[in-house]
Amino acid sequence: MNSPDPAFSTDLAALVARLRLFLPPHCLLLGEEDLRPYECDGLTAYRELPLAVCLPETEAQVIDILRTCHSLGVPVVARGAGTGLSGGAMPHAQGVVLSLARFNKILRVDRAARLAVVQPGVRNLAVSEAAAPFGLYYAPDPSSQIACTLGGNVAENSGGVHCLKYGLTVHNVLRIRVVSIEGEVFEIGSEAPDAAGYDLPALMIGSEGMLGVVTEVTVKLVPKPELAQVVMASFADVAKAGDAVAAIIAAGIIPAGLEMMDKAATAAVEPFVKAGYDMNAEAILLCESDGTPEEVAEEIARVTEVLNAAGASDIRVSQSEAERLRFWAGRKAAFPAVGRITPDYYCMDGTIPRKRLAEMLSAIAAMETKYGLRCANVFHAGDGNLHPLIMYDASKPGDWERAEAFGAEILELSVALGGSITGEHGVGIEKINQMCVQYATPEIEAFHRVKAAFDETGLLNPGKAVPSLHRCAEYGRMHVHHGDVKFPELERF
Amino acid sequence: MQLDDIISAVKSAHDSRTPLRIRGAGSKDFYGGLLAGEVLDVASHRGIVAYEPTELYITAKCGTPLAEIEAVLAEKGQMLAFEPPQFGGATVGGCVAAGLSGPRRQQAGAVRDFVLGVKLVDGTGQMLNFGGQVMKNVAGYDVSRVIAGSLGTLGVIAEVTLKVLPKPVAETTLVFACDAAEAIRRLNDWGGQPLPISASFWHDGQLWLRLSGARAAVEAATAKLGGSSTVTPEKHWNSIREQTHPAFAASPLWRLALPSTAPCPELDGLRAIEWGGALRWYAGEIDGDHEAVRVAAASLGGHAVLYRAPESLRCRDGAFAELPPALLALHRRLKKAFDPQGILNPGRLYAEF
Ligand SMILES: Cc1cc2nc3c(=O)[nH]c(=O)nc-3n(C[C@H](O)[C@H](O)[C@H](O)COP(=O)(O)OP(=O)(O)OC[C@H]3O[C@@H](n4cnc5c(N)ncnc54)[C@H](O)[C@@H]3O)c2cc1C
Ligand SMILES: Cc1cc2nc3c(=O)[nH]c(=O)nc-3n(C[C@H](O)[C@H](O)[C@H](O)COP(=O)(O)OP(=O)(O)OC[C@H]3O[C@@H](n4cnc5c(N)ncnc54)[C@H](O)[C@@H]3O)c2cc1C
Repeated sequence: MNSPDPAFSTDLAALVARLRLFLPPHCLLLGEEDLRPYECDGLTAYRELPLAVCLPETEAQVIDILRTCHSLGVPVVARGAGTGLSGGAMPHAQGVVLSLARFNKILRVDRAARLAVVQPGVRNLAVSEAAAPFGLYYAPDPSSQIACTLGGNVAENSGGVHCLKYGLTVHNVLRIRVVSIEGEVFEIGSEAPDAAGYDLPALMIGSEGMLGVVTEVTVKLVPKPELAQVVMASFADVAKAGDAVAAIIAAGIIPAGLEMMDKAATAAVEPFVKAGYDMNAEAILLCESDGTPEEVAEEIARVTEVLNAAGASDIRVSQSEAERLRFWAGRKAAFPAVGRITPDYYCMDGTIPRKRLAEMLSAIAAMETKYGLRCANVFHAGDGNLHPLIMYDASKPGDWERAEAFGAEILELSVALGGSITGEHGVGIEKINQMCVQYATPEIEAFHRVKAAFDETGLLNPGKAVPSLHRCAEYGRMHVHHGDVKFPELERF
Repeated sequence: MQLDDIISAVKSAHDSRTPLRIRGAGSKDFYGGLLAGEVLDVASHRGIVAYEPTELYITAKCGTPLAEIEAVLAEKGQMLAFEPPQFGGATVGGCVAAGLSGPRRQQAGAVRDFVLGVKLVDGTGQMLNFGGQVMKNVAGYDVSRVIAGSLGTLGVIAEVTLKVLPKPVAETTLVFACDAAEAIRRLNDWGGQPLPISASFWHDGQLWLRLSGARAAVEAATAKLGGSSTVTPEKHWNSIREQTHPAFAASPLWRLALPSTAPCPELDGLRAIEWGGALRWYAGEIDGDHEAVRVAAASLGGHAVLYRAPESLRCRDGAFAELPPALLALHRRLKKAFDPQGILNPGRLYAEF
């Protein structure tokens, strides 16, 4: 995709001359073959070559890069591991990619204060690994956690299975060090429970690289629970499974994870992972409990009771850590598993109120007929975050167009049901149209004013996350061809 | 006062550049910078708009008393987990605008962690809707959380949606005798273990610890920690939440938010420690040299608020810690983005805007 952006035109020679003044040669990539790996993130349907990639090693270099780009009017796109699934880190054709990959040090793990100070390029899982000797861990656990970085997590407000009970990134970050586009450094938040002034971390977290470049993050660590156990329940009816989710919450239980798969998803997954899923069930619920052994036993007993009352046809409780991991294996491998049974699939990421689950699922079933495409459903049932996987075949004329329309209808229905167009992957470039569905003009204008308060010249990640008012153009979406996705080794959600 | 009245009041104040002082129940008049402007009384914009126990949220108009909200939640065994005080009929709008949380904050999180969405009337009289009623929503900037603690300087909160949580099944309070330094040490040590601690309070040689959760977990932790149990824990925690406990009866009263492991600053007048060691209250004796309090808090990595003090002192020293220049400039620009004429609660947060 080559999309000329009339707002910017960069004098590459001048830019390079300035960058070379302070960036050593190995920190500046310019040749096409060096730039190619940066042309997209996990959303491979959207590609763009940047003019240059900067790989700074010090904060001083980050400051100089930003000052340079600011003074020359050059767009800057920050990049972590590039696992984003909404095209947030896709380069700008007239700009530079600022990769934080070399900011990969854990600066401090403070056992007593239960926090870690890390550079933005540190991988999510590395934080928990560093904290493990102290019996602590970092709670937000996106499925991409072995690869994605804390900087990317902050930019996307990432979450995972744990976030129902332990919160998203926004609930687990204490302090952020930021460099503005003007090259000014500021720290927001604090190791104390609050900081003076406005709650700027709340604004920075989830801002998709639009407000500043994160150069250091202080995260909260929490004690590792002594035990985790999972209950797996089968349901003969999807609506009943949806109601069971509500019943668990109504019973006053907030599980450590509450996930659901429908029959299409289990059918795809079981031959792949052999988790022992009930192939006759219309839906399977996985409900995890964590805490002290006494606490877990008590919660599992209560959950089991609720699931029985909600009409579960079969209930199994993991009896060992190995079995717990096996129960989860299928849920976590749902994406590659679906990738094996269809040439292509298109992943959505909408959120709806939990009580509308059954309604949404039957609407999706009707859409399957309407569009003549199958759809497998896996989702974070506990927080209403859906990941419908629409199966299609890109080699058949019209298939992709129908998949795209199918996806748009799901997102728009999510908003209509009182939900959101994105629960965790961000808007990026992928859902920029749907922002116009979720928000009206006054809010979008307010977002632009917020953006301008941080980045008046609009040089940070232009064209992403917040649509311009004139241009809610159609951009296209995640396209997975023959299971050929980026990061195939990672668990899917 | 209906929504339309709020909107037209703000619009005409905007057009005539008249400063407005947004008022809920006024229970917070003592807090922050001095009050200025014409009173915009929003207490009568009240009522619960939606409550969905299985969705874990409640939506209410800004003037709704917290007492009303908590009573409705209690019927379904749920609560506002950040335990805001109901002091003098506090309203939910004022509660979110003030951004203060009670004893459970150390375990459950602060007000801002529970804000899912707001309907905001900005400084031009425009109605804006941010966030919503679902737990996960990462579309657009998270403006609703920023509103928490902004003291009405970014807009009039017309309606707010808060996440609610089930009340814990079991609760016990333990009491230990120890000095402040020992209390801080123990709280941090316990904090690193999987224990169901939901509140802590140290005052005058006694450390109170509340455990909440599954019955079995509370019992196991009680056996492990020892300490003596107490007879009227509810009353005790309520006196801390509502600040009727004698520890808070002092003026001026300083609130120091510090890293939980910070040693006790070299200041006289330590009254109480809350939130696992991270919140310290100082009083009276330190009255003379306020700069020293601010410096001490900052050097330990936190900040000090002149929480309750005579007007003359708040005038002289400001209620809140000064911001570094880059941050102050950013605050000014954000303020301008929502309230270009600077008519909403001027000076309440910072003298500069
Ligand atoms: C297999 C797979 C599973 C996934 N599962 C989940 C999941 O369960 N939950 C979930 O939330 N997400 C999930 N994701 C999405 C993705 O991993 C997350 O959004 C992640 O946080 C992105 O991190 P990253 O380092 O790869 O960021 P990138 O993709 O490099 O960048 C993402 C955005 O952050 C910005 N950015 C990066 N670093 C900085 C910085 N230092 N300062 C400012 N801005 C910056 C970029 O400009 C871009 O807008 C998954 C992705 C994959 C491929
Ligand atoms: C002695 C005392 C001790 C207290 N201690 C605590 C404590 O420890 N922890 C705690 O959390 N609270 C404490 N409170 C404060 C208070 O009970 C609550 O925070 C309360 O929720 C404030 O609500 P209110 O309606 O009384 O607000 P008000 O006092 O009317 O207003 C508070 C602030 O919010 C603004 N505001 C009010 N409504 C709106 C709105 N709709 N939109 C925008 N801005 C608005 C006001 O302009 C003002 O800046 C204490 C109060 C008193 C008097």
